[in-house]
Formats: sequence, C-alpha cells, structure tokens
Amino acid sequence: MTTTDKLLQMGIAVALFFGVMGVILVLTSRLRSRAGERLQTAAFLAPSLLLIAAGLLYPAIKTIYQSFYDAAGTGFVGLDNYQTIFTDSAQLQVLRNTAIWVILTPLAATFIGLVYAVLVDRAKFEKFAKALIFLPMAISLVGASIIWKFVYDYRGTDQNQIGVINQILKSLGVDTYRFLLTEPWNTFFLIVIMIWVQAGFAMTILSASIKAIPEDVMEAARLDGASALKMFRYITVPSIRPSLIVVLTTISISTLKVFDIVRTSTGGNFGTSVLAYEFYVQSFRSFNQGLGAALAVLIFVLVTPIVVYNIRQMRRIEAR
Amino acid sequence: MSTVAPITPMAGHEPDAPRRTTSEAAHAGLSSRWASVSAVVIALVWTVPTLGLFVSSFRPESDVKTSGWWEFFSSPDVTLDNYRAVISGSDTDLGTYLINSVVITIPSVLIPISLATLAAYAFAWMKFRGRNILFIAVFALQIVPIQVTMIPLLSAYVQPPFNLMPLAGSDAPGGGLYTIWLSHSIFALPLAIFLLHNFMREIPAELIESARVDGAGHVQIFRRIMLPLMMPAIAAFGIFQFLWVWNDLLVALVFGGGSLEISPLTVRLAELSGQRGQDWHLLSAGAFVSLAVPLIVFLSLQRYFVRGLLAGGVKG
Repeated sequence: MTTTDKLLQMGIAVALFFGVMGVILVLTSRLRSRAGERLQTAAFLAPSLLLIAAGLLYPAIKTIYQSFYDAAGTGFVGLDNYQTIFTDSAQLQVLRNTAIWVILTPLAATFIGLVYAVLVDRAKFEKFAKALIFLPMAISLVGASIIWKFVYDYRGTDQNQIGVINQILKSLGVDTYRFLLTEPWNTFFLIVIMIWVQAGFAMTILSASIKAIPEDVMEAARLDGASALKMFRYITVPSIRPSLIVVLTTISISTLKVFDIVRTSTGGNFGTSVLAYEFYVQSFRSFNQGLGAALAVLIFVLVTPIVVYNIRQMRRIEAR
Repeated sequence: MSTVAPITPMAGHEPDAPRRTTSEAAHAGLSSRWASVSAVVIALVWTVPTLGLFVSSFRPESDVKTSGWWEFFSSPDVTLDNYRAVISGSDTDLGTYLINSVVITIPSVLIPISLATLAAYAFAWMKFRGRNILFIAVFALQIVPIQVTMIPLLSAYVQPPFNLMPLAGSDAPGGGLYTIWLSHSIFALPLAIFLLHNFMREIPAELIESARVDGAGHVQIFRRIMLPLMMPAIAAFGIFQFLWVWNDLLVALVFGGGSLEISPLTVRLAELSGQRGQDWHLLSAGAFVSLAVPLIVFLSLQRYFVRGLLAGGVKG
C-alpha cells in the first residue's frame, strides 16, 4: 500500500463511522412517539453494545472455554493447562517474576511519587519539577525500554563506557556489570523501567489529593505542636489514604499486564519472562492456544479483585 | 498561592521556597538538606536517561559507538545524519512507519469517541428499562484484560461468522487496518462510555428538562447542548486514547502482526532494538522520532490529561 492509499483508507474508515453516527441522528431525530423514543434509545446504544458484546464479552467467554483445551484447541484436557502453569519450572519462574513485579512496582512508584509530590508541593518551580517526572508517562514502553537499555549498556571494564551506570561503576573502581543479562537481578533492573514510567502517575494523583487536605486540619495539628514528620505520618498520609490505595491498585493492574518492557529489553530471555509476555509467546509464537488461553485467564483472575477493590475506593473518594 | 520568601536559613539554597500553606509543616520538616537532595536526585534519575539518548541522537555514529554521551559536552559535534538515516534510509525507513502510526491512531481515537458519546448520552439521559443493569455490565467489562480477548478476536477477524467479509488476510479491506482500528475501538469503549457518562451526569437535569419541555428531541439536545458542553471531557478521553494507541505494541503486533505494511513505529522500533541493539546512533534517533508526537500532544494538552486522570481515566 502506498502512503496515499493508507491515508485514503483512513479517511474512508472515519467517514464510515461518522456516517453511521450521522444517519442514526438524522433518522431518529423526528421520532417523538413512545415507540419512536424506544427506537431512538436502541439506535444510540446499539453500535457500542454490539461491539462490546462481540469484541469483549464473547471472546472472554471463548477464551475461558479454550483454556480447558489442548494446544490446537480441539481436544479437551481439563485442568492440564493450569497444572502446567503451576508445576512446570519455566512457568513457575514466570509466576515468581510476575509476583516480584506486581509487589515492587506499585510500592516503589507510589513511594517515590508521594515523596516527590510532598517535596515539590508549592515550591517555586512546582510545575516544571512535576513535568520532569510526568513526561515518561507520555512515551511508549518501547521507547522507555530503549532509553534504559542505553543507560544499562555494557562494555568490558577496560573499554570506553557508553552506558552511564557502568561509567559510574567504572569511575568508582568497580567492574562493569551486565545489568540485563545477569540473573536473577536483571528482573529488578527491568522493574526500574516500569517504576520510572509509573511514578509520574502516582505523583499527579497524590499531589492533587494533598492539595485537597483542608487548611484547618493542618492548622490545628500545627497549633498542637506536631512536628513536620509527625504531621506527614498522622495527617497527610491518613488524609490521602483512599487516593494512595487507588494509585497502588491501578499501578498493580498495569504491572500485571506489562509486556512491552520485557519484550524490548530482553525478549523474555535470561529468566525475565512475566505472565503477559508468556501469554504472547504461547499464543502467537509457540501456537499453544490452550496454554495461552489459560495464562490470559490467570491474568483475568488476578486483575479482577484488584479492579473491584479499586472501583470501590474510587466511589468512596467521589462520595466525599 | 504566591510563594513567600524563604524563612528557614537552611532552605535558602533550595529550589523550593517554604510558604505558609497546607503542607507547610510536613514540608518544612522534610525540607532539610536531605529533602532537597532527594528531590534533586529523583529529578535527575527521571531526566538524565532521556537526556543521554537525546544527546546521542545528534552525535556522529563513530562518537556514539566509542565514547559516552557525556563527552558531548566537552567536544560537541552535532549532526542530523542519524535522523536522516532512520527516517528515509531504506533499511530503517521510519518515515513509512510514522505514517502507519498516524493512520492507525486517528480512526482508533475518533471511532470510539463518536460511538461512546452516543451510548453515554443514552445511559445518562434516556429512560429505558434495564438501564442501570446494562450500564453496570458495560462498566464491569472494563476488568476484562485485552489478553483474554485476543485469540478469539483474531480468529473472528480471519474467519468471521455468518460468511461475513474477513477483515484479516491478503485481500482484506484497508490492507487489514480494520482489525487494528476495530480492536482499539472495542478495547476503549467501556472506559469511554463510563467516563463520558460521568461527565454528562454532571450537567444539571433542569437544563435537559427545560429543553424537553420546549419540544426539543434527544437528538437536538445531544447536538446543541451536550456536544458543546462535553468538549473538555471528550478532549480528556481523546488524549488518553491517543497516547494509548500511539504507544501500543501488543495490539499492533497481534492484529497487524503478519504484515509490516500496517505496523506502527513501536513495532518497528522494538524490532530495531532486537536486530541492531548496538547501533545506538540509529536507535536514539528512532526513539525520538516516535517520542516527538506524543510529547507534543501531551505537553500542549496536559490540562485535559490531568483532569481526565483525576476523573478515574485509567485504562485497566
């Protein structure tokens, strides 16, 4: 396809969908009767509901069903795929890595985001200082991984370094280190990338909720002679607790689905694979549909309680 | 909240001046020497990696490969060759992928927005039986991770039911782009409907009621009242969806996987990073070609983005 072709196709697709919307609006704009209004409601809802039913609901059910079938998706194998996930040594490593990711990333990103939000709160350069931490949120995880691969770049100790961390190690008189290849610590160095991306999100949400703490609460504590650290511990943190939970849970959900970082940085080699990456490999590289489906269902099962809890917390914040 | 002159002598050298405000006390305690040091360290760790790659993208190949980017500051040598090579060089050809990214992103943002505003309006202001249950169902579907839908969705595109036209394959319409557009749209819908619904409910009911009394139908209300008032919310969601689609790797790999003709920048960049992992002069320039667009969008529309974030606009 040439560039013109692609742009043309894009125009057609957009026109098509706006056309559908326009037709719905025009056709139903004259309807005033009771039955007419019912038709109008259906016309407003139908396109979205159809897509959701066909593209989310049906596939989700189909995948759950598939997870009880073999690699080709034809023979029923019961719980074999799930048994593989929880017994096979390669899969167990995937689970272990995922657990480390999901525990460390939210905690570290939230902690850094919170500390930074408090430190720069109402500072002279607050906006600028925040933008620095915020920017990684705008870029792709592929881009972030490339940025950090460059930071981690390895050369022998006697060579000229081009990776900044190994240069620091070298100038401290320490041997250079293969950050992405050395198991098991390479997983931690990949996690650093995710923390780097997510801290901005934590900072934004927490900063907004720190600013929402009523002045008189702080004033009262101050008059009671509370020290700064005590106020942080006993006033600030409890006041923003619901936001803290939302931030922690939201980051855990994104972390559970992390795929791009592992694929770009190590390709899942050197013992760094995680659930979402393993799902991709099994489904679209090894063509083991059953195992792929089971891994997807496992992500689903792990995400669900976190999302439900998250939504409840959000409701609570809104209700205040 | 204007800043007041520094009061603690210790804090004199800090970038942030203490003030009498809510978090003053917490701040004052933390803004010992340690506090400012940690703020600066965090800021550095968050910017230096990007700076390093950015600087490298302007250095000649031989420099990039033999010396650290920090040497640039002692012997500056600037070239645009790397950008020329990645954008139009036949082996990297990022120009084509840049077009692909644009072609993928624009419909993937516009389609869900147009569909979701209609649905959100129905959920917010039309009365029909089962409204709440249906809305909760849509809302609940946000929890479905896209991984769970991928295999069945892909086979539905290749072999659609009821003898419909296959959307993937060699003679698919739009060169297979519809699979990517549709997938992104589907994955966006639950969140889009939920967010826009919440914003629409904030519009006073009297406004809608009085328009109804004056004889306006839902379509008129939707067009004349709702759409103009919804623009900030639509912008907020639009930015989310834009960043999500532009930065996506998984959807593009799975649904456009067969053909590099319709792959976006992220896919090509990930591939380059695997094949030519040591060609940092190309990787650095390539990375910034792909980062430039979202960074510009993000910085110019940050206001809407933050508003959307605070309204719960996080894709699960």
